[in-house]
Amino acid sequence: MRKNGVKMIKIKAKDVDVFYGKKQALFNISLDIEENQVTALIGPSGCGKSTFLRCLNRMNDVIDICSVKGEILINDFNINDKGCDVVRLREKIGMVFQKPNPFPKTLYENVSYGPTIHGIAQSKQEMDEIVETSLKKAALWEEVKDRLHEPGTGLSGGQQQRLCIARAISVRPEVILMDEPCSALDPIATAQIEELIDELKKEHTIIIVTHSMAQAARVSQNTGFFHLGQLIEHGSTDKIFKNPDNKKTQDYITGRFG
Amino acid sequence: MNKNKEQLLNKRYKAEQRFRLYGQSAIFMALLFLTIFIFKIFSTGYSAFQKTWLIVPVNFDAELMMLDENPTKQDIEDADYYEIALQSMWNLDPNANEDQQNQLKRMVSYFFEREIKQELLKDPNLLGKTKEVYLTASDDLDQVFKGNYPRDLPEDQRRVSDYQLKIFDQLVANGNVESKFNISFFTNADSREAELAGIASSFMGSIFSILVCLMIAFPVAVLAAIYLEEFAPKNRFTDFIEVNINNLAAVPSIVFGLLGLGVLLAIFQLPRSTPLVGGITLSLMTLPTIIIAARASLKAVPPSIREAALAMGASRMQTTMHHTVPLSMPGTLSGTIIGLAQALGETAPLILIGMVAFVNTIPGSPMDPAASLPVQIYIWAESAERGFVEKVSACIMVLLSFLIIMNLFAQIIRHKFEKKWS
Repeated sequence: MRKNGVKMIKIKAKDVDVFYGKKQALFNISLDIEENQVTALIGPSGCGKSTFLRCLNRMNDVIDICSVKGEILINDFNINDKGCDVVRLREKIGMVFQKPNPFPKTLYENVSYGPTIHGIAQSKQEMDEIVETSLKKAALWEEVKDRLHEPGTGLSGGQQQRLCIARAISVRPEVILMDEPCSALDPIATAQIEELIDELKKEHTIIIVTHSMAQAARVSQNTGFFHLGQLIEHGSTDKIFKNPDNKKTQDYITGRFG
Repeated sequence: MNKNKEQLLNKRYKAEQRFRLYGQSAIFMALLFLTIFIFKIFSTGYSAFQKTWLIVPVNFDAELMMLDENPTKQDIEDADYYEIALQSMWNLDPNANEDQQNQLKRMVSYFFEREIKQELLKDPNLLGKTKEVYLTASDDLDQVFKGNYPRDLPEDQRRVSDYQLKIFDQLVANGNVESKFNISFFTNADSREAELAGIASSFMGSIFSILVCLMIAFPVAVLAAIYLEEFAPKNRFTDFIEVNINNLAAVPSIVFGLLGLGVLLAIFQLPRSTPLVGGITLSLMTLPTIIIAARASLKAVPPSIREAALAMGASRMQTTMHHTVPLSMPGTLSGTIIGLAQALGETAPLILIGMVAFVNTIPGSPMDPAASLPVQIYIWAESAERGFVEKVSACIMVLLSFLIIMNLFAQIIRHKFEKKWS
């Protein structure tokens, strides 16, 4: 999104290095993410795109041997600072995972979990509203409104993933990270999710890691291409797919490797 | 070449058939042993649930009992019953000499006058009248009536004399011997007299021990497991702890008994022979079992659930308490029950802390001296009297049904409450 012709930058990564023990997984990544746009991260398996994504909400903290260096500024605030509260950060930055992972609880409990722990809803009524709007935004409401108190694990794969999206947006995050959200889904479910992503970008900044170049081309406005832990090239999706600067990007896009 | 191939194929099928046969015979052997074991226990033990009574006319003679006319309740309580009790036994054979009278007295249980007293307390109007009273037969006659006694042994090798047998057979012929369900086996504490011995003390002792064990072992083990699995950093020190927890699970139980003896009794001066000390000792033993089960079921919770909660902004504590622990509870609980079942069957450590003492009172709290079921089996198995043989088997039957019920419960918890992942 542009304001007065200037790109609004939501996330600014500067010289990010990631190590798993002694092994370095990401080298010197610097990347700007535009607000209210979809940014796709593409690249062959093991190139570090998921690792980078998990840096943005500090999910790498969970892994003992993983260490992150460099600056990641979100709203000009460095999330790798000691003063950064992870719980607050993750309230602002939601995440959707590769495999749908609803809690083995009811649909309602799944969506209301975030607002409950962050104390967002003041009353039962307010909570009902949050659950309803979240499910509506995730395009799931019509399918499940009569069985909100049935287990979330009873849904189909695509529905489960939309439930996870509803869960993620229930706390109104500014950014949503999606780690190959469609790789476990069939083409119809994938199409539904892609449509949804397009809708969500009006209110959220979205970063999506994907294996499918077609998907990156369909849903994203910006694309970053990772290879062997390096960010080879990034720019508008149009440019990356039609006229990349780098030979490697060209080769990957045209299917010569990866 | 082709023929070779066919031979090879045949060989492979044959090998598979042989393997199946080995497996089937292994299972058959296991079932056979189990059947023999259960049959043996059952056939020896079932008769302990029956008790033999002699029906003897008792003359409640106020004079012999040294009671005045119109005695108060307290008078009846304090009266002397020994004389009328003796008289009623002697009356079975009016011509008996002194030695025979002694033998007559020994045909009933040692505390037979108490049974007569109970009768009068129930109905004070019996005073001065005669009534047929049920008296517990001595353990040897009990065995005779159940057909477990070798009557054809020479008399000097028997504890039952020919004279007693003669009188007993008369009683049987007159229909004055009856077999009834042995309630006292469940309501009496242990006794030196086999016909009076029951499992109430050891049963309550086992229950109290298990409760103490559960209350100590469960919270400690679950907290330890949660900390190790969810919070502790993975380093050499935690690896060391993990190895040692596994080692602890393999420590022979008698060592824990020595620990209880040396620490709980000698240093902390806790009361000897009590379920409190027994329970604490057993909890040390159960601890590693529950920790291992709890850790395994925490590990079985898919990491994706933790990630989902963390990514929603749940703190580590919230992730653990809201998601991981509730999901691991079925496994933890069934592991706990299995651990408790092990503890329930444990004998050696309890013997060391003195729960092997002869206890003829029923404990009302974990601070009272008590035995436990497996120790009771051990005590009775050591006793020489024939009457205890069936008691041992009966006690085993009670213990085993207790264990089977617990294991069944563990299975039900596991199957009913375990969540299925998509």
